[in-house]
Amino acid sequence: MSLVGASVKRKEDPSLLVGRGTFVDDLAPRGTLFAKYVRSTEAHALIGGIDTSAAEAMPGVYAVITADDISQYPATENLPEEVAILRRRLLADGRVRFVGEPVAVVVADSRAAAEDATEAVVVEYEPLEVLATIEASLASMADPEGTRIHPDLGTNALPAIPEPEEVAPEYIAAPHKGSLRIHNNRCSAVPIETNACVADWGPDGLTLTASAQATHFLRTHLCAFFGIGKHECRVIAPDIGGGFGNKIALYPENYLAPILSRKLGRPVKFALTRSEAMVLMTHGRSQINDVEFGYDDDGRILAVRVHTMQDEGAYPDTTGMGLGVLTSWMAGGCYAIPTIQTWVTNVITNTTPVAAYRGAGRPEGAMLIERVIDWVADDLGLDPAEVRRRNFVQPDQFPYNTAAAPDTVFYDSGDYPAALDKLLAEMDYDSLLAEQQRRNADPNEKLMGIGLSTWIEIASFGPPGSLEGFGHLASWESASLRVQPDGSVVVSSGAGPTGQGTATSLAQIAADALGIHFDRVTVQFGDTDTVQQGIGTMGSRIMAVGGDAVRSAGMAVRERAAEIAAHMLEAAPGDLEVTDGAFSVKGTPSRSVTWAEVAFASYRPLDIPEGTEPGGLTETVFNSVPNFSFPSGAYGCVVGIDRDTGEVTVERYVCIDDCGTVVNPLLANGQVQGGVAQGIAQALYEHVTFDEHGQPQNATLMDYLVPAASDLPSLEEMGRISTPTENNSIGAKGIGESGAVGAPPAVANAVVDALSGFGVRHLDMPYSPEKVWRAMNEDSSKGEEAAR
Amino acid sequence: MRVEIEINGVRTAHEVEPRTLLVHYIREVEGLTGTHIGCDTSNCGACTVHLDGEAVKSCTVLAAQADGHSVTTIEGLADGDEWHPVQKGFHECHGLQCGYCTPGMVMASVALLEENPDPSEAEIRTNLEGNLCRCTGYQMIVDSVRWAAENPAGSTVSGATQDGGAK
Repeated sequence: MSLVGASVKRKEDPSLLVGRGTFVDDLAPRGTLFAKYVRSTEAHALIGGIDTSAAEAMPGVYAVITADDISQYPATENLPEEVAILRRRLLADGRVRFVGEPVAVVVADSRAAAEDATEAVVVEYEPLEVLATIEASLASMADPEGTRIHPDLGTNALPAIPEPEEVAPEYIAAPHKGSLRIHNNRCSAVPIETNACVADWGPDGLTLTASAQATHFLRTHLCAFFGIGKHECRVIAPDIGGGFGNKIALYPENYLAPILSRKLGRPVKFALTRSEAMVLMTHGRSQINDVEFGYDDDGRILAVRVHTMQDEGAYPDTTGMGLGVLTSWMAGGCYAIPTIQTWVTNVITNTTPVAAYRGAGRPEGAMLIERVIDWVADDLGLDPAEVRRRNFVQPDQFPYNTAAAPDTVFYDSGDYPAALDKLLAEMDYDSLLAEQQRRNADPNEKLMGIGLSTWIEIASFGPPGSLEGFGHLASWESASLRVQPDGSVVVSSGAGPTGQGTATSLAQIAADALGIHFDRVTVQFGDTDTVQQGIGTMGSRIMAVGGDAVRSAGMAVRERAAEIAAHMLEAAPGDLEVTDGAFSVKGTPSRSVTWAEVAFASYRPLDIPEGTEPGGLTETVFNSVPNFSFPSGAYGCVVGIDRDTGEVTVERYVCIDDCGTVVNPLLANGQVQGGVAQGIAQALYEHVTFDEHGQPQNATLMDYLVPAASDLPSLEEMGRISTPTENNSIGAKGIGESGAVGAPPAVANAVVDALSGFGVRHLDMPYSPEKVWRAMNEDSSKGEEAAR
Repeated sequence: MRVEIEINGVRTAHEVEPRTLLVHYIREVEGLTGTHIGCDTSNCGACTVHLDGEAVKSCTVLAAQADGHSVTTIEGLADGDEWHPVQKGFHECHGLQCGYCTPGMVMASVALLEENPDPSEAEIRTNLEGNLCRCTGYQMIVDSVRWAAENPAGSTVSGATQDGGAK
């Protein structure tokens, strides 16, 4: 019986459920000092002076440092050489570029003392013009003397993909044309555990314990920064309280804690409060897409042109610079659109830096093309489901090279029509349409909207070269597997899980590969001293790339074990099978040896076949995949809108997902539900905003609306189709980000559908009651402007 | 000032600054790190414990206010190896992913079931409004609480079972 495919309960749960999980802030090695930032109150200013004298004199304060105190250190290598001038210094150096930017650090013997001392540091600012939005930053480019956030760079706008020289003739010739300007609202990942790290730098080297999704990556950068060897630097990720891509970036505190620990000779801890985290942890989305599209009378999309403007915030990093490119690659969605032109501009603004957040560029791509489809359907008076059917890439067209990225992006497999059909059947689409007619005609009933999202995303990062482009060592994922003398197994994976249940799912794969009981397998991650070089968890890659590594390692070890078992049973290895944790001769179950006996023997030279080395039941694999994989799905959303208040309620939400092979359906469903929740939240509640002076307007959980249980619908209606991928032996495509990619368009299309009777043809997220009310009661363009 | 607080049945006593929050007393003074901190505006509920049997956000209670009172944290919920039905439910129904909100979510759920042993999905969602989770989207948390409601203490399923038998 195969464990892969079974809803096995999690190994991670017991510790977490009794409060014995270990998160970074639970750790305080003896002598730990507490570091706290003094942060900029200005979005863009020169620093006139910093007076730390009062703070330094306060009891318990060990140090107060500014950029001047660490001038011998370089900037962090968060960007490639070509844009090295943008590399971020650990502390603001003469100039601040976003509200909250760290200007100084206080280190004290208690959190309270550190906090008190930060309030005693006096910083003088000479304000500069603030460019708080993409629009403002681009507008400043028109003036050659205009504000440049990084003057040495000389521009606020970096082209990531240049504008095509000519407008595609296919677009020009299209019988019908439309355009949309879509704002994809800035969000904050808000993992419930904020960033935290503890550095302990002593004569033996540096140990950094950090809430990080990619510990080897962090170690590489720390070593380069400090000029030390990897053998002298250990990075450990204990339990992590949520990541969502937010804990990949190289944060200043990851470097400052080591600097301070080395200076003070004691462990130093940073643990951000939520208010600090809301401005210091990277944000997501914040993208504008100008879309033009041409289509025919049948609703076939003939050409799409997209200019993606990605807000980078004040300090772009490599991931942030790549988001718009990923959007552009997926601009065609799951449709066979013959002509697609994309260009991408990365725009620097006086705001918190923008980087990866669940989906990282693909939610934006799904949103733009799903809105195009619905817009076209609306324009032609066609059913949006039918327009989708007419445009889908068909099952016999794979691998499909999307015109959005010729010769680069090849969708591996999918059956978009089947997913849509299954969704519509599950939703009883025709009944919903009838109900909608009835309700929308009745002023006493809430308005009803139905929204579809047949989405696709690019996952399983990635083929060789792909992650290197984001600053990682390579794109494989690693696994080491060793069988111990008692037949128990330790698997070390380069993954960096933050709640996905990776220990459980990888143990399932290992148990299947070896024929060993699941309970006898332990999976470790996160410690660069004990885990072989790894890449980390991001881009929905671990089942596909990391799982395959475990499987390969397990199968290699099983083969070697079979040889030992065969020797013990005086049989041929090919005559053996593994059942119930034992090797037995096929057909003669009484002739058997347990895995434990084989494992024990494997360490004993006299018990193994001649020519076999002792301790051989161990294998390390660095697994590469030949291509990305492309999860897809069909989501349906029914919304009700209060006619008086504009409040939007998701009344029903149905998911059909295709992630290829499902390793653990329970965990997979959990991933979809979590992603959908974040997607619905982006559509209805979340929007990080700044005023025109770059002041954050919602930097606490009072004002930034992370939904509670009562703000979200039931997510029980989950279905699946499965078109496995050939990119890995498990057939898994990845699922972690799918919900966040597919959900916002479903909600968006439902809301616009509900409001179409008011002449609304498009409305940007988030659908706050005010925005929706204005759309119903005012000129729709005014509604959008007023409510942004 | 000196405060005396009974935590999980053990009398503790420490000298603390008056401004010390109960959550810091629990985590840092007494060393019980199962209770977590996720915000600074009393929104997230990761710090939820029971104070004299009532669910409270320990970030919004001063240690001084708990002086002379009794606190139960996540570490005190199980009866030895025997998990509380809510803990079992969260395991059965995958009610946790990263586990960071979980202690507070469990303590809030326990309080809910003590007051309302058979809550509807809507009642569960409303009563857990004070506990934010970013990982699960809440559906499986609701399922977990329903499981606990349907499998109260003394029913057949027991202990921290694993279900990974490759039999």
